[in-house]
Amino acid sequence: MSATNSFRRAPLLTVYAVLVFAFIYLPIVVLILYSFNKDGVGGFPPRHFTLDWYAQLFADGQIWDAVLNSLIVAACSVALSLTLGLLAALALDRAAFPGKALFRRLVLLPLILPGIITGLSLLMFVVFVGAQLSLITVFLGHGTALISVATTELFAGLQKLDRAQEEASLDLGATPFQTFLRITLPNLKLSLIAAGLLIFTLSMDEIAVTFFLIGRDNTLPLEIWGRLRRGITPEINAISTLIFVVSVVLITIWFRIRSRSIGAEASDFLERP
Amino acid sequence: MYSRTYKSLVSLPPLLWVGLFLLLPYALMFAHSFWAVRDGFVVHQWNLDNYKALFTNPVYAQVLFRTMRIAASVTLFSLLLGYPLAYYLSFHAGARKELLYQLVIVPLWVSYLVRGYAWKTILGSDGVLNSFLQYFHITHEPVGFLLYSPFAVVLVLTHIYTPFVFLPIYAALEHIPRPLVEASEDLGASPAKTFLRVILPLSMPGLLAGATFAFVLSLGDFLAPLLVGGASGTMIANIVQSLFGAAYDWPLGASISACILLITISLLFLTEHLEKRWSFK
Repeated sequence: MSATNSFRRAPLLTVYAVLVFAFIYLPIVVLILYSFNKDGVGGFPPRHFTLDWYAQLFADGQIWDAVLNSLIVAACSVALSLTLGLLAALALDRAAFPGKALFRRLVLLPLILPGIITGLSLLMFVVFVGAQLSLITVFLGHGTALISVATTELFAGLQKLDRAQEEASLDLGATPFQTFLRITLPNLKLSLIAAGLLIFTLSMDEIAVTFFLIGRDNTLPLEIWGRLRRGITPEINAISTLIFVVSVVLITIWFRIRSRSIGAEASDFLERP
Repeated sequence: MYSRTYKSLVSLPPLLWVGLFLLLPYALMFAHSFWAVRDGFVVHQWNLDNYKALFTNPVYAQVLFRTMRIAASVTLFSLLLGYPLAYYLSFHAGARKELLYQLVIVPLWVSYLVRGYAWKTILGSDGVLNSFLQYFHITHEPVGFLLYSPFAVVLVLTHIYTPFVFLPIYAALEHIPRPLVEASEDLGASPAKTFLRVILPLSMPGLLAGATFAFVLSLGDFLAPLLVGGASGTMIANIVQSLFGAAYDWPLGASISACILLITISLLFLTEHLEKRWSFK
């Protein structure tokens, strides 16, 4: 079916789809446009082009401290949730144990549960054991909540694996550990990278869980949140535009890798295993 | 083919971690909901007062009702936007399919906060939309109801959850065997009939999954109301958040959270059951 043909067959639907895209992208376009507007975030049309807001942003030490905090938390969360998510995916794929169904539901719960529930539960846990709120508690929250994403993504990757290679390796005398390191892991490489990128971005953006677990040091979303409460400036548009650009770059890479690793099933994004 | 050791090595660490850092905290939330506050401290005194307060004070029921209404509107609008979009991509986008799919999921990656903030700058009384309307002399005064209203909350949440609703529907539509659709057409069914009798029932599991996502996540949202909701757009999670903050009554807050959690879990069970019934695999 050619593009023009489909347009002729469903002109109304095409127009509707264009409108939905417009709705989805309108705020993003406005955001970017006004980050270059000299007169601030309101007013129509935007008149005077300026890069001042970006200059102000690059000179803003507090923002970059928050960016660094977010990067550290995101990197650690990726390491934790990928490790545990990989094990959980292997367990769901290959092991049978009592309570497996419950375990699956529990691991995936943070994916569907409002962030406030997970955030508050962990806050009560942290206070209960007498720990201090800090970036470590934020990492604990992100790492634990994002195991759900790692598990679904890696489970999808595992389902695509050719078991025969592992069987051959075991039959030829390799230990299960050698087989894991030299067959399973390399075969899962693309899935791991794709899941890692996704988790990294989600952690960089996370706010609902972070909100309750933050100590003195802010992550980037919490720093932006704090400033929003004091009033809005185009500097926030500027940092948001940069976040958008980075996200688009990451997602483009992610999408390429993911289509290669799980192919046609790539549309089953975040499907429950 | 996998040894007992292998199986325990892969299942034990995530099992322990999830038990300690998810199950225990969730259990602690339920425990808190049966505790009390005395002189600014949480005391482990088991009672049902928090739940009694929830059911007797009309404010909670009122806000919960408003929250449900907002969540239901968000679900409805996200479906009205997401379903046709998924249908268009799956059946009519042709060669542009992959690019368009990517275009839908890009905003999913763009920070919730950034998008909520963007709407705030659009809807404000000296915001982009009001200046636009006045510039073209459509209105002469700023339109006030746009920002800080339930309308604004529904708009922002619909914007955020439309891609979420789109995803499972699109996946379901992509899995529909095309010969089924062709058979229906060949046997003389009109396009509308083919859609209603073949495509819609087969995409029902995806539709239900997307609707659950939108409803449940909106139900527990507290950020959109804080950003654009104002006093009239306050939702149940805002009450929880204030009880854990300035109002300092963790047990009462925990009892509301426990209710949200229970509503969520029952909805998940219900839709999972329905999805199985509609599933043809």
